[in-house]
This record gives sequence, C-alpha cells and structure tokens, in this order.
Amino acid sequence: MANDDHLVEVENLVMYFPVTAGVMQRKIADVKAVDGISFYIKRGETLGLVGESGCGKTTTGRCILRLYEITGGKVFFEGKDLSKIGHREMRRMRRNMQLIFQDPYASLDPRMTAGGIVGEPLLVHNLVSGKEYKEQIAELFRMVELEPYMAVRYPHEFSGGQRQRIGIARALAVRPSLIICDEPVSALDVSVQAQVTQLLMRLRDELNLTYLFIAHDLSVVRYISDRVAVMYLGKIMEITSSDELYDNPLNPYTQALLSAVPIPDPVVDRQRKRILLTGDVPSPVNPPSGCHFHPRCRMAIDICKEQEPELRNIGGEHWVACHRV
Amino acid sequence: MATVDKEKVLEIKDLRTYFYTEDGEVRAVDGLRYDVKKGECVGLVGESACGKSVSALSVMRLIPYPPGIIVGGEVIFQGQDLLQASEEEMRHIRGNHIAMIFQEPMTSLNPVLNISRQLSEALELHRGMGKKTAAEEAVKLLELVGLPDPETRVNDYPHQFSGGMQQRIMIAMALSCNPELLIADEPTTSVDVTVQAQLLDLLDGLRAQFGTSVIIITHNLGVVARYADRVNVMYAGRLVETAPTDLLYGEPKHPYTLGLLASVPRLDLARKRKLSVIDGLPPHLARLPKGCAFYDRCYFAIDRCREEKPELEEIGEDHYSACFRSGEVQKDK
Repeated sequence: MANDDHLVEVENLVMYFPVTAGVMQRKIADVKAVDGISFYIKRGETLGLVGESGCGKTTTGRCILRLYEITGGKVFFEGKDLSKIGHREMRRMRRNMQLIFQDPYASLDPRMTAGGIVGEPLLVHNLVSGKEYKEQIAELFRMVELEPYMAVRYPHEFSGGQRQRIGIARALAVRPSLIICDEPVSALDVSVQAQVTQLLMRLRDELNLTYLFIAHDLSVVRYISDRVAVMYLGKIMEITSSDELYDNPLNPYTQALLSAVPIPDPVVDRQRKRILLTGDVPSPVNPPSGCHFHPRCRMAIDICKEQEPELRNIGGEHWVACHRV
Repeated sequence: MATVDKEKVLEIKDLRTYFYTEDGEVRAVDGLRYDVKKGECVGLVGESACGKSVSALSVMRLIPYPPGIIVGGEVIFQGQDLLQASEEEMRHIRGNHIAMIFQEPMTSLNPVLNISRQLSEALELHRGMGKKTAAEEAVKLLELVGLPDPETRVNDYPHQFSGGMQQRIMIAMALSCNPELLIADEPTTSVDVTVQAQLLDLLDGLRAQFGTSVIIITHNLGVVARYADRVNVMYAGRLVETAPTDLLYGEPKHPYTLGLLASVPRLDLARKRKLSVIDGLPPHLARLPKGCAFYDRCYFAIDRCREEKPELEEIGEDHYSACFRSGEVQKDK
C-alpha cells in the first residue's frame, strides 16, 4: 500500500461527531464532518485544503494528527497505519507532525514567556539538556525572524504577526517533517499576511518540510501550495496542481468558488466569467443525497441526485468527483 | 463610474476623532477628508486600526464618550454639519437618511424579537406606518433582499437564520427607510466567499435600483476592485490616496497603496511571483511621528518625509495622493 514518496496517505477517512439530546444524552444524529475522503501528501510538498466553513477541512487536519478517534478509514504516516499504534507510540509520532493554529491570540498560554512556549516541546520530548535549551530557543527565534532577546516577553507584548511567528517556532522546535497549518494567516492584516506567508515558504524550502495548508482564502492557498484539494460538505470535489486549479477547474463547485473570489484588479476582474451560487451550504447533519453539491449545482442532472460521484483521476494527477466531467 | 459633476451627498472635512486612554491621546482619525457623490460606491480600505470604522462611526455620531471624542472637522450631509446637529436631529438622521450595516449580523440583531418586529420598528418610527402596514412592508423588504419564503420566515428569530441570511436581513433593515447613504462596515468579513459574492451583488443591485450612495469599508482589495467606483486608501487615521477605482489599481501613486497591492497573492497571476512585503507595522496611534506616518516602512522615504507631514494633493485628474514622491511611484509591469 504505502508509497515511499508519500509522507501522508489518507484512505476513505470518515469522521462523524454524535449529536445528542435529552437527559440521557441519547445519540440522535451524526454531524458528518468528513465523509469518506482519500488523498496523499508527497514528501516536501505543500497540499492546500480549501473550502467554505463547515466543509471538514480543519477536522481532516486533526484526524491526521489523531486528535480525534476517527470513525472509519485509515491514515498512514511514513507508511505506518496510525489507527493501529498505541497511545505511547502515537505521542512519539506526533513529534514528527505539528500544528499551527489560526488564532495567534488564543493558541499561546498568556502566563508563559515566549521562550517558555517555544521551549516546552523540547522539554516534553526530552530533546535537549539544560545548557542547549537556551541556545536552541535563540536559534528558533532567529529562524522565524524574531530577536532572541524577546524570549523573556509574554504573548500580550507581541503583535499578531509576531505571535504567529512564536506559534511557528514552537511547531519547529521538535524538528517535525509534517506541519499542519490551519488558517495560519487569516487572522492577520494584509501586509502581515504576506510576511508570514513568505516566512512559511522559506522555512519549507530550507528545512524540507511538508505542509498541509488549510485555509478558506483561495488566493493564499493557491500561492503557497503545489497541489490543492477542494472540499465541500465532508467530501473532496477536486484535487489538482495549483496552476491547473485556476487554468482548468473541472468541478462546477470549484468553478463557482473561483469565480466568487474578486481579483484586486478591476480591469481583469470585469472580464471574468461569474457563476453565482444560490442558497447556503446545507447542514452536514443531513447532507443531500448523491452528490452533496447537486442542489446548488447548475450542471446537475438526475444521476447526481441518486449516485455519489467517485473521485477519479482524469490524468496528470488531476482528480475530480463529478458525473458531468 | 463616477462623474465629476454629480451632487455630493456627504463631505468629510478635516475630521479628527481622538480617544483618551491610558496610553495617552490615540489619534484614530487625524485629519480625514473625502466626499461621497450621489449613487456612488466608495471603497474605504486599509488595515486594522487605520481608522476606517472610527471614521464611519464619527459620521453617525456613535463614538463612545468617554474615551472617544470628535475634536474637530466637519461632516456635511445634505448641507447640514452633522457634528453640530443636536442629538434629536441625529436620531432622525440615523436609520432614516444614513443607515449602517455591521460586520457581525448576529450581534446587531436583537435575539429576543422576531424579524417582523425588528424590521417594523424603523418603519413605524421613521415612516409613520401603522403596525399592520409595517408588518406587510417587512415581508416586501425580505423579498427584495432575496430571503426565501418571506411570509413565513418573517416570524422567525435571528438564530434561526444562517450568517448570510442574517446579513440579508440587516441589508433589508438598512434599506427600509430608503436612506440616501448606506455605510457598510466589513459587511462580508464573517461569511464565506460564495455568500460574500451573493451579498455584494445584492447590495450593488439595490444601489443601482434606488440610487443610494454606499461607503463600503473593508480590508479586502478584491471586493473594492469589483464593486467600488472610487477607492479611498487610509493609513494611520488619514487618507493617503484617492482615485477612481481603475486609476487607483492601474496607477497607484502612494507607496503604501503600491505596497498593499503587491503584497496580496492573486488567483490570476503566476504563482512564482514573489510577494513584495511591507516590512514592519503601522505606528502606534498615540505616538504618531511628526512627519509621514508611513516613513519607517517606505521604500521611497527621504529626509523631508521625517520632518514634514505630506498633505493630500491632486497629482492627476481626480487623483489625489499624500506623498512628496508620488511622481516617482511606478507600478511594476
């Protein structure tokens, strides 16, 4: 099964969260956050994961880290089936996979110094002796373009962009091979977004990191990723290279999503084809039958209501789930 | 597109709004001036804390005092200076002549009143309708903003609607009294991109239909490019550049505008293009420098910029920039 090139392989991943009601907390339904998805991430590659809120992109990231006990399917990391290993081994495995969060305000402990935050993973995983500890922290600070003397400060003394750098330094501390970036720049201002995006790209190239880059901003995702997977209501609709995504999107949802993003150039934007979707994203508790997108799809035919389209490779690593392609 | 001769609905002149905090005097808006013409959509862009929202709240006279206070300037709306108006006059203007839409629809709607009640309130108050007529008008308004099944849903409560639908209700409420001016403060920041397109298209259509002037406040340069006739770029409480949309995006003349445009990744351009980064952070508004506020971060800065504050000057037809070196700023082709 395991392909040596692939750092991560996800096979038919399913993650349902129970909805309970009443005094007895009886289960009455499931939130089908992730509903049978498969993809892989190659070593050194950045895979972007985009979709609107509630499509399951964050859940997918957390399932790979096994922060949830998955409902079904398999996740392989470096060829190892993560659902088969014990908790202790999983903790060791997590050293190789780290997470960067969206909210740089909520994800740093306000009572710890920046240095303490960045250094904590080193202590947890017993990676350094007393003397090296400070040097390592200084080195990590330099890596993310912060001054080492700032290590004694507390999170509230930093700006949003600097806090995100601290979060990145903490993730890098244990020398992981995979970093799951969950909306790492969406809480930041435009000019600071560019700073952090460029930093992430430089670190990836220098340290040979693999990223799963989760975000709702298509322009940012396309910019940083080698390939992009588009999700809708717990399903993957399309996976393709970042260039193909803009030049040749095949799934009607991808096309609508792209056309909804205004381009910051009025002359170019006016010439684009607009596809306006009607309605809202349905609830993942009770997703539509067949293709989850069919009620909003302008291409939908009868088969789309009944049969779920499979994610097919149509050549050149371009995968699409649509009956009409 | 904006034409020069159109009647001005709003004129902001040298507006200054300061906040007195523990940090000292925070100059959130510090000498702002711009106009809005009839039927025009003006985009007000800038990063957080540049004073975009405070300037809008100043127009509505909704600055919380203390700590905030409008220390100077004029806001001329239909010939009247709103800063001199009495509280009673302002109550008549708010909602009736100038309406506002906020970022978070859930916090702007009253959770314990149904939609019919909330929409009727303004109609009864400002348009003198009876209860029954107002309730009927509420249904019509919901239909106008594309809410499905308005007759039944008008009796629902805010939490029963999705974020996008709540924002449609806010738009219906804002337009209920046919205001001359609509201020939309980050109206789509909390919704998904496909819903954003729906809402902005709706707003744009209604603007054309009713001839309402719109100020759209956002940090999203794409949204402004698509919907605004004119763009005002703010930095540290001041306008740094203003021009008709095509001109501003085509030939930005202020280094900050140029940097902002070059720092966003674009869907339509090659991925390998390196983003140019504006280094550093905006200045603290309680400690604004003597000269240009962008001095520290500017590639074009010269000694003069440190000593002297550049004023907004006309540098081309209908194109204003507050920079001593505007003439030399060129967009890479």
